Amino acid sequence: MLETKDILETINMIDNENLDVRTITMGISLLECIDEDIDKASAKVYDKVCRYAQDLVKTGEDIEREFGIPIINKRISVTPIAMVASACQSHNPVKFAKALDRAAHELGVNFIGGYSALVHKGFSAGDYALIDSIPEALSETELVCSSVNIGSTKAGLNMDAVRLMGKAVKLAAEKTADRDCIGAAKLVVFCNAPEDNPFMAGAFHGVGEADCVINVGVSGPGVVRAALAKGGEGKTIDEIADMVKKTAFKITRMGQLVAKEASKRLCVPFGIVDLSLAPTPAVGDSVAYILEEMGLETCGCHGTTAALALLNDAVKKGGVMASSHVGGLSGAFIPVSEDAGMIAAARSGALDITKLEAMTAVCSVGLDMIVVPGDVTAEQISAIIADEAAIGMVNTKTTAVRLIPAIGKKAGDELSFGGLLGTGPVMPVRKGDPSVFINRGGRLPAPLQALKN
Amino acid sequence: MKAVITVIGKDSVGILAKVSSACAEAGVNIVEVTQSVLQDMFAMIMLVQIDKDALGMDALREKLDRVGERTNTKIHVMHEDIFNSMHRI
Repeated sequence: MLETKDILETINMIDNENLDVRTITMGISLLECIDEDIDKASAKVYDKVCRYAQDLVKTGEDIEREFGIPIINKRISVTPIAMVASACQSHNPVKFAKALDRAAHELGVNFIGGYSALVHKGFSAGDYALIDSIPEALSETELVCSSVNIGSTKAGLNMDAVRLMGKAVKLAAEKTADRDCIGAAKLVVFCNAPEDNPFMAGAFHGVGEADCVINVGVSGPGVVRAALAKGGEGKTIDEIADMVKKTAFKITRMGQLVAKEASKRLCVPFGIVDLSLAPTPAVGDSVAYILEEMGLETCGCHGTTAALALLNDAVKKGGVMASSHVGGLSGAFIPVSEDAGMIAAARSGALDITKLEAMTAVCSVGLDMIVVPGDVTAEQISAIIADEAAIGMVNTKTTAVRLIPAIGKKAGDELSFGGLLGTGPVMPVRKGDPSVFINRGGRLPAPLQALKN
Repeated sequence: MKAVITVIGKDSVGILAKVSSACAEAGVNIVEVTQSVLQDMFAMIMLVQIDKDALGMDALREKLDRVGERTNTKIHVMHEDIFNSMHRI
């Protein structure tokens, strides 16, 4: 028989500490949908996505009911559309975005990701057109997410792509200025993008993946914080790390169970579990509060980077044994607008963009869901992307930038996206003009770390 | 499949009776029961067997939700595997 205390612990985690599975994401390859005629190709995309994912939402809901575990999102990721669109004679791939959006609405999923291009070393046919079309695609669709990989440790940074993405981010915000600039919140610029990430907005289905897979992203910052709050007083740092590990293990085991079950019921191979601590704007479900629970007065004060490094490492160590395949981003997320503690720290001025940049060197992603003033230039955005990508490139890790220029607003104002995307205070960026550096173009050479063979 | 029913709330007369009759109505066999009353807080855990010819998880949950409302307790029904995977290696 199971032990009473274990059962009650799980119930308490779900009822009071926001334990959930954040997402079941079905990855679908669209390579077979390639066609010269864009109308035919987008019809094939729509059909394949609808056919493969027809039971995704229902299966997710069934598992949720039977196992009593909330599964917050059901999502789809697809092959980077730039590859599918490259064969089309038409130069505007927005039709694909609309087909994906229609499919997502039809299926009832929360998001569909993969309006993407991989240009870390250079552009191939279709990449320019796709990047050009991102602002339009994001403003004319609701559920489509876009990402572009502009660098990798192996390839260096494609600085032409960095320049273009600064413009794309700015334009995506401008085109959706009447909707709190939501376009930019659905656009991620990556360095070392993982091909099996189940989290949005950066999910896409990599070319090395199977035809269809199930990836699961777990969550649970609230559970980790509660564990530290209950037993952390007077404990040393090693003991704190141990508590995080044990909690991460339990959270991940639940994710693994859900992933296996979803894979079995949908007859689709299981891909990976992403061991991420993904916060939500709900009070208590915050990564910042975990750091504060460790003994920082506020997230953003000195010591934050070290505390986050501990958290990120312990989450991985605890989670890795709990799952047969770990992948995606796997670590702690620090999306400012989606985390009640980060929002509070940003509002009070304790957390600024430079501290966040330092934090991204030791956590799983990057500058995520940060609202910047509307008058920030495209070159400044590109330079922020370049800085962040350099951190990822040199440290052989994924970094991402998801900035939202708040058109018509300045530091101190706020944007409210609603739902899981939360509320973001506008954070000032650093002064000085990087435009000559950004407009040079070319490729930033790969570091020595790339030469591992 | 086996499921775990947990009932947590303020103690009152007949909680166990009401929960077990809901199980019986749903055709669900009770395998094991443990309960404790700490001060006036009631916590009961039941391991039940839900066979194919039973009403199923949804119907059971619906019935138990009504019992929860009547007895002012919080009742969860969850697949046994959740606990096995979280708490056992």
